[in-house]
Amino acid sequence: LTRVYLLFAVGQCGNQVGCRFWDLALREHAAVNKKGIYDEALSSFFRNVDTRSGGDGADIYKGKICSLKARALLIDMEEGVVNEILQGPLRDVFDSKQLITDVSGSGNNWAVGHKVYGCQYRESIVEKLRKAAEHCDCLQCFFIIHSMGGGTGSGLGTFVLSLLEDEFPEVYRFVTSVYPSGEDDVITSPYNSVLAMKELNEHADCVLPIENESLFDIVNKIQQMINSGKLGSTVKPKSLVTSSAGGAKAVQEKPFDAMNNIIANLLLNLTSSARFEGSLNMDLNEISMNLVPFPRLHYLVSSLTPLYTLADVNVPPRRLDQMFSDAFSRDHQLIQADPKHSLYLACALLVRGNVQVSDLRRNIERLKPSLHFISWNQEGWKTSLCSVPPVGHSHSLLALANNTCVKPTFMELKDRFMKLYKKKAHLHHYLHIEGMEQSCFSEAIASLSDLIEEYNELDATKDGPRTDPPRLKIAV
Amino acid sequence: MSIVTVQLGQCGNQIGHELFGVVCRDVHGTQGLCSKKENESYHDACNERFFCQEESEVPVARAVLVDMEPKVISQTLSVAARSGSWKYDDRSHFCQKQGSGNNWANGYSVHGPRHKEAIMNLVQKEAEKCDRLGGFFTIMSMAGGTGSGLGAFVTQCLRDAFPTSFILNHIIWPYGTGEVIVQNYNSVLTLSHLYQSSDALLVHENDVIHKICAQLMNIKQISFRDVNQVIAHQLGSVFQPTYTAEGGSDYSRNPLGDLMETLVPHPEFKMLGLRNIPQMPENFLAYSTFSWPGLIKHLRQMLIANAKMEEGIDWQVRPPQPGSSSRSTNKPPHFNTSIANLVILRGKDTHSVDLGSFRDPSLYTSWLTPQDAFNAWRTPRAFNKYEKSAALVSNSQFLLKPLDSVVGKAWNMFASKAYVHQYTKFGIEEEDFLDSFTALEQVISSYTIL
Repeated sequence: LTRVYLLFAVGQCGNQVGCRFWDLALREHAAVNKKGIYDEALSSFFRNVDTRSGGDGADIYKGKICSLKARALLIDMEEGVVNEILQGPLRDVFDSKQLITDVSGSGNNWAVGHKVYGCQYRESIVEKLRKAAEHCDCLQCFFIIHSMGGGTGSGLGTFVLSLLEDEFPEVYRFVTSVYPSGEDDVITSPYNSVLAMKELNEHADCVLPIENESLFDIVNKIQQMINSGKLGSTVKPKSLVTSSAGGAKAVQEKPFDAMNNIIANLLLNLTSSARFEGSLNMDLNEISMNLVPFPRLHYLVSSLTPLYTLADVNVPPRRLDQMFSDAFSRDHQLIQADPKHSLYLACALLVRGNVQVSDLRRNIERLKPSLHFISWNQEGWKTSLCSVPPVGHSHSLLALANNTCVKPTFMELKDRFMKLYKKKAHLHHYLHIEGMEQSCFSEAIASLSDLIEEYNELDATKDGPRTDPPRLKIAV
Repeated sequence: MSIVTVQLGQCGNQIGHELFGVVCRDVHGTQGLCSKKENESYHDACNERFFCQEESEVPVARAVLVDMEPKVISQTLSVAARSGSWKYDDRSHFCQKQGSGNNWANGYSVHGPRHKEAIMNLVQKEAEKCDRLGGFFTIMSMAGGTGSGLGAFVTQCLRDAFPTSFILNHIIWPYGTGEVIVQNYNSVLTLSHLYQSSDALLVHENDVIHKICAQLMNIKQISFRDVNQVIAHQLGSVFQPTYTAEGGSDYSRNPLGDLMETLVPHPEFKMLGLRNIPQMPENFLAYSTFSWPGLIKHLRQMLIANAKMEEGIDWQVRPPQPGSSSRSTNKPPHFNTSIANLVILRGKDTHSVDLGSFRDPSLYTSWLTPQDAFNAWRTPRAFNKYEKSAALVSNSQFLLKPLDSVVGKAWNMFASKAYVHQYTKFGIEEEDFLDSFTALEQVISSYTIL
């Protein structure tokens, strides 16, 4: 009996990523769980259902795997993506009670997703949520995967977020949000993103922002490395962070699959220490506890290394150290940011595989001098060691940083928003939706501005003189 | 008399498991270097302390395992059982699912009261299995949420339920460069609370043990298991049976009581440090010879210079000259003043070892005579394959610097109010923090002016 997670994939992007996640999760557990026993690790993401009598049987808590069902709700206001999932190799992992779909989509309009569909589907969502939660012995965390720039993921996704806070206030809410790039072809993506940001500010415990540009760059980089033949030996099969190889999905990959695999791997690594054993475990609630010093500063920049493993089995310490260095380099971050040149409030290193505490210590000591930590958290590192590596790797590292380098992403978002808002471009599409007023926009941009200002204040302390507050004096 | 061990959190359970393993291996080992009769006495005394022996079964450790998540306990239980030489009582554990999230307040204010009854029932059962209860030994880390927060709460419950029993808390001081970002908050809250209910706090610092692993044990890729095994060895060297009186014919029956009596004369001073000599990889032992004068000389200098191990000792540090007008002001820097010390000798020729250098009054504060401030326990029975070994348990300024450092960092963070909302969420308010800071500044001050 373990803690379990419930995943909400909302919108097209959310469901595409979700689909990759489930596929890779199954593959990971199959690699570890050779005997087909339904164990604690599996139960964190999957139910084991007795389908022999047909239909939705009872949950089986122990023994052999019968039929695995993902602990998830798939929500989309268009049918295309979800239908594809249900016709694909993962169809048995979901049943109809886990789906909420509509046909017409949200027209890339946050207000339609949040106000119209939110209202329309509230009851249905609550009902399915409660049903799903009933199957969970100890529900620890909700994961929401969505994009910020559209209508469903952004609007309905954030509606679900605030709904979760109302219904289950004690369960942690982790949100993986894909932010639009500057060249996004959805013109109103800045509106959608900023309106969604206010919700994330107020209702999420932790947000992992992801930018498509960064995913794209990583995918290209891997491709280049393979093509250039710079790599002495060949890349180990199934080891690409972008690869679906070995999963249930057919070989024909879609253009976004490689990028979505990266996000899927992020979520697997984030939860690995809670699912598998290790010498220093880390639960999801520890991530929130250690990385969120002030309630609103809960945006964590993530980086994953290695992006692939070379085929040679022996892993010299230098290669291990390179993994740590890479985690702090610009081109491994999942948003366009450079944490090395900004200010760290806190940093977490989630290590998997054959890595010991001395390797961790050695690398922290080595990298510390080149990083800027805020004055009151000079040794602000949270670490975990999970013995089980990801499939195809001997070890891996996920770094999560609460760092002011996230500020430029927000500032650019604000700029793009203001460009449209000043001209009142496309506003009528939103304002004519019931429940939407001008104040929704002004409040949303104010919320974002306040957040940026908080980061500014922290940045201002960066190069200042360090004076420790005087200690309490005791009468002798 | 028996000791009931309470293993709290991941760290507590991992170390507790290594401790019972070391103790068991030592007792069944063949290199006792003493007579059969001696060996049997040692075996019996050790068993009484740590194990419950059912007729034909393997010895069962006198322990309660507590954790707020299930993985570590289930691993600990199964690995112990697989050893074939000892095991835990299958029912003597309590675990939950959620974990404490590294949150002291969660461990103390939420899990504590919620699970008090269940945990204390298990403790009561273990206590009842003992013919005579010698006290409680709790193992916990300060950095996380369960060992620290729930550990502090459980210690309080032990004190309330067993007002006349001895309680010794074994505390793991985390690495200075974080394992947990809020570790300094958790540490401050733990220490201040334990000070009220515990009789003494025996401390192991991860940084120190790590250095021992690297420099003395020659381990290249140090794992937590390596660290825990060194800690277990050091604990074993203190808690395995000894003769506490000169010419005593029986192994001491009251280890915790004896420890408190010799080392904690005043309730303001409860911080105990531990040093052990020699320490080396097992495969070196066959090729090494030691002399008692050499070992004692090193151990004494380790005490005076606050050295963490037998390498890199600063031999320049000397005790202050006798006859100085004001002891405090003339103290040389870096000199480690002691309140009380206990040296434990095990193995060959322990009866003839000269410990006069430890009775030098200049090592101590003026309130106790050296006769009272210094004690020695011995046994001819060698420990864990070391032909000769010595342990030092010291109530001195050993932990002053680490304590000051942790309080300083926690204060620094508190001044900015960072993370405080995570604690207030579970009922620990800013005033509670301030109370804890005040209590520890008092302890720091007391140890400073020795």
